[in-house]
Amino acid sequence: MSVDKATVAKIASLARIRMDDAALEQMVPELNGILQWVEQLGEVDVTGIEPMAAVIPNTLRLREDVVDADPLTGGGKRDDVLANAPAAEHGFFGVPKVIE
Amino acid sequence: MTDLTSLGVKDIRDGVAKGDFTAREVAEAFNAAVAGAAALNAFIVTTPDHALAAADKVDAARAAGEPLGKMAGVPIGMKDLFATHGVQTTAASHILEGFTPRYESTVSQKLWDAGAGMLGKLNLDQFAMGSSNETSYFGNVASPWRKAGSNQPMSPGGSSGGSSSAVAARIAPAATGTDTGGSIRQPAAFTGICGIKPTYGRCSRWGIVAFASSLDQAGPMARSVEDCAIMLGAMAGFDPKDATSLQMDVPDWEAALNADLRGKKVGIPREYRMEGTDQAILDSWEQGKAWLKDAGAEIVDVSLPHTKYALPAYYIVAPAEASSNLARYDGVRYGLRDLPDGPNGKGGGLQDMYAATRAAGFGDEVKRRILIGTYVLSAGFYDAYYTQAQKVRALVARDFARAFEECDVILAPTTPTASFPLGSMNEDPLTMYLNDVFAVPASLAGLPAMSVPATINADGLPLGLQLVGRPFDEQGVLNAGLAIQSRAGFTAKPEKWW
Repeated sequence: MSVDKATVAKIASLARIRMDDAALEQMVPELNGILQWVEQLGEVDVTGIEPMAAVIPNTLRLREDVVDADPLTGGGKRDDVLANAPAAEHGFFGVPKVIE
Repeated sequence: MTDLTSLGVKDIRDGVAKGDFTAREVAEAFNAAVAGAAALNAFIVTTPDHALAAADKVDAARAAGEPLGKMAGVPIGMKDLFATHGVQTTAASHILEGFTPRYESTVSQKLWDAGAGMLGKLNLDQFAMGSSNETSYFGNVASPWRKAGSNQPMSPGGSSGGSSSAVAARIAPAATGTDTGGSIRQPAAFTGICGIKPTYGRCSRWGIVAFASSLDQAGPMARSVEDCAIMLGAMAGFDPKDATSLQMDVPDWEAALNADLRGKKVGIPREYRMEGTDQAILDSWEQGKAWLKDAGAEIVDVSLPHTKYALPAYYIVAPAEASSNLARYDGVRYGLRDLPDGPNGKGGGLQDMYAATRAAGFGDEVKRRILIGTYVLSAGFYDAYYTQAQKVRALVARDFARAFEECDVILAPTTPTASFPLGSMNEDPLTMYLNDVFAVPASLAGLPAMSVPATINADGLPLGLQLVGRPFDEQGVLNAGLAIQSRAGFTAKPEKWW
């Protein structure tokens, strides 16, 4: 499979990365080079093989059902959470207008 | 007095404990070495005060007769992928420039608790995506090594290139690295130092800027196997804040180091004999076999039939996870915000802000991988690419499981070539990817793997050998590494030009 400029523009839009025409033109052959190279995975017989999401067997733990079990992530950290925000206002994240 | 910057982790820790010198003297010596090595561009920010404060604490504890930690008095470099409280953490990206965490990563906290101090935050490939340290927003890192008779700047490898450069140049006795598809082992090999990626889950990922979460693992980079064992012991351990953290005890790797390999079998994977591998690398591999045989091991041939598919599978799985992980950089909660004007001269909307912020904040390689990841996860392509890659990953892991029925540890080259000049591999992203061909399979299988320096090639550049072990068998990897280290007698170091 290969991608054309319109497809790359669509992907870039899905990924929320603004790209002008020149950037798209440059990206098309680069992505196609990579995609053509990964095509070889199609040769592999994967009959009966389960896709692997986790390499080392592990179980998901449940934390204790108490408020603020971990004080670092339990809440009450508004100032810390907002400390690096580019536009924090009145204790909230500031964003551009989203409703006309 | 000995030049303190020539010492490694063990010698510093023991010297401080014995009173041969103070932790403060060590910190001052390395702070000065860091300040004098700006030409390497190994550090994004330096933190001499952090190193001094940690040293003073150790000296005071020693004076008071208190027990000292595993890394007491050792100042280290911290890859700028670890969140450090109050110290800028960028992942070498523009989008996180100025980001100052209000929390400390688990691994860095454990190192400070063990008595280590921080010399500064080390440069890397942007978001750990790269194999040459040429994708950093803060400029390339130069290796302290140069080809014999040449002034050309060489790559320190990547993504932990600031770490490898600093440790090889002796401006830091050790540094943290992270390895997603070779980012500890390949730079270690390029610069003649040691580096180990432990079993996936040994080191907490909490507070490490995420690249590909099913692959990312932290590990130490230092100049000896012993130093790696000590530092890994300080970094590893269960952390409830990381859902994939291994809930098991951390062995005392340092105490159990043993280079006697009698009764052990070393597997040589035949599929690693690949076209395009330097003859000098193949020769060093043969030499490595002889060293391990001399240490008492039996050498056996093993097969890892899906080796050639590991790298393409990695370049689907890792970008897919990256595209998801990096969705968090949105210009809202932290980092860069670029808010362009919309049509009619009015301010742009939220979507414009996202797209402009990410366009300005990510470098080319990061964008490339986000786009690949977005594509392989998109409707209609998910099964053909992503599910297929995950199945191939399962086969790569199964290959290793079968090989480890016949051997205890695997010996292979770390890289197909020695270091290359900066700027020489930028034509095609694929040629750069291929440098990780020997490193990626162990990453996909989550196995402990280490690079140790073996020899010097005809250009005077170091070559590394790689050891891969069973899950949780860091000890087996370290022991085989020690057997190589004690026979290789690798004492070469770069001549100071910086």
